[in-house]
Amino acid sequence: MTSLQVRGVCFSYSNGLVLHNVNLDIGSGEMVALIGPNGSGKTTLVKLISGVLQPRRGEILLDGYDLSSLDRKQIARNVAVVPQQFQIPFAFTVTDVVLLGRIPYLRAFAKESEADRRSVARVLEITGIRELARRRFDELSGGERQKVILAMALAQETRMLLLDEPTAHLDVAHQVEILELVKSLNRERDLTVIAAIHDLNLASLYFERLVLLKQGRILADGTPVQVLTENKIREAFSTSVDVTRHPLTGTPQVVLLPSDYSGHRDGGVPVIQADREV
Amino acid sequence: MPGKTKHTNRLGLILLLCGILLVSLLVASTFGAVTIPLSDIVKMVLKKLAVFDLPTAWSAAEETIIFQIRLPRVIGGALVGAALTTAGVLFQGLLRNPMADPYIIGTSAGAALGAAIAMILPISVSLIGFGLVPLAAFAGALATVFLVYSLARIGNKTPIISLLLAGFVISALLAAVMSFMMSLSDRLGLNLKVVYSFLVGHISVASWGQLAVIAPLVIGGIIGARFFALHLNAFSLGEEGAAYLGIEVERDKMAILVLGSLLTAAAVSISGLVGFVGLVVPHAVRLVLGPDHRLLLPAAALVGASFLVIADLLSRTLLAPVEIPVGVITAIIGAPFFIYLLRRTRKEYAL
Repeated sequence: MTSLQVRGVCFSYSNGLVLHNVNLDIGSGEMVALIGPNGSGKTTLVKLISGVLQPRRGEILLDGYDLSSLDRKQIARNVAVVPQQFQIPFAFTVTDVVLLGRIPYLRAFAKESEADRRSVARVLEITGIRELARRRFDELSGGERQKVILAMALAQETRMLLLDEPTAHLDVAHQVEILELVKSLNRERDLTVIAAIHDLNLASLYFERLVLLKQGRILADGTPVQVLTENKIREAFSTSVDVTRHPLTGTPQVVLLPSDYSGHRDGGVPVIQADREV
Repeated sequence: MPGKTKHTNRLGLILLLCGILLVSLLVASTFGAVTIPLSDIVKMVLKKLAVFDLPTAWSAAEETIIFQIRLPRVIGGALVGAALTTAGVLFQGLLRNPMADPYIIGTSAGAALGAAIAMILPISVSLIGFGLVPLAAFAGALATVFLVYSLARIGNKTPIISLLLAGFVISALLAAVMSFMMSLSDRLGLNLKVVYSFLVGHISVASWGQLAVIAPLVIGGIIGARFFALHLNAFSLGEEGAAYLGIEVERDKMAILVLGSLLTAAAVSISGLVGFVGLVVPHAVRLVLGPDHRLLLPAAALVGASFLVIADLLSRTLLAPVEIPVGVITAIIGAPFFIYLLRRTRKEYAL
């Protein structure tokens, strides 16, 4: 059971306040996306929840335990993180990299046990990269690397997975692939997922709950239908958008409105001036 | 089980490298002004260790040469090579920079300046078999690292980039002071030849007593480094990635810096500034064995030890009786090899 409570958390970098009195309760098995403009505090919140940053005020409870009372190893056995990108300067193979995920369970002079190797084989299977096992990490494509990093995080065998812009550098195929994978892990293994993600439509498609941040404050928190409204998005991003429905799933999809079209709207239905395109 | 085979292979490899080191030590002991047969050296050592009571087929002079001159020197060379290589692996791993060497955060400049100051001081000190110069080199190296680390510290963190920059700036400053002293060598009474010998590296072991101090430091340092092998693997992902894997980043960073600096300072105190070993050997061993520090650390230490023993042998014998500084030999072998590595891996490091 991994539940998370963020209670009155404030955080600032030396250049100014980044999070103001953030309160957030996330239950076990939820799949939550943190959305919002650049600099709204999504990544900072992920880093606070992973314990690499400490709140200036407030507290973060993991299953009721104050995160600041846990040591890094304990946190790493409970919370795994997939960052945007990893550069690895040395020639590690994919198996080597995924084995790094077992470090929270190894003592200093220990070798990986059979159990560790089985765990690695399992996550390579789950992430569908078994055939990459012997390849060198630095020779893989961006999408393949991201799957390796996801596999490494899964090898930590935590109940909570944090993702910081996991799809930021990927093409659409890999974006969908990574999020499908995360979604299935959430459903089938009851993994609690919290992801900072900037693509509103991907967030709407794959997440049940969206938390919209603006300038370090939570502006909205709810289902995609509740959060992705034209008013809230305009307030958060200062950009006019139109919200339509996904033709298959019915989830909200955000359509950008170029500024010269903003005067031509009628009852929420975008006026498509096809003749002007030609 | 593949895991099992790998484990056995690793142990076999380490034993093989131990064997190579032993052979290097023995071969290096036979050559010099007088060539003493390998078999006699083995017998001498066995007899000395009271393993066997063997008939004495060698002269007392030969025994003196082996025990008072050659063995201390070749063992000293092995310790210096192992220490510098281990420090190189530690710094390359921690800084995630395959170009880092043991001197990257200022140990060389600090040690050189410390040694130069000791050379002009009109006092003579001897502490546990060490003269003032090695002691001052040791102290200078550690003091510099401490200064660099303090300067690089921002709040309760020490970012790698500020560490590198502070190391660079302090090295430049100390090197300038050093040049200033050298330009005033006449007035200060600084013997440029001795300074030069320190700067290019020269293994000088005055007594077994020195080895008795250096050996525990180096061997302890290597075991300590091995303790951090997994942590160094985690550091390959960067500091944040390491933290996600449960590493206490700031604590481990400080421990690894202290270990690397102690190893470097220990080496510098008996050899001056031997270049390239700590840069090239870790790199070469990593290329062959892969980047897992659990294997890399002990393997590189053994290869580095053998490499420096052989380099020192060449330095004493190639132009005997003229001794080529060992730093020159390591650079002459090391530089072309490093260029070869750079070209081979050009794709990876291309900007």
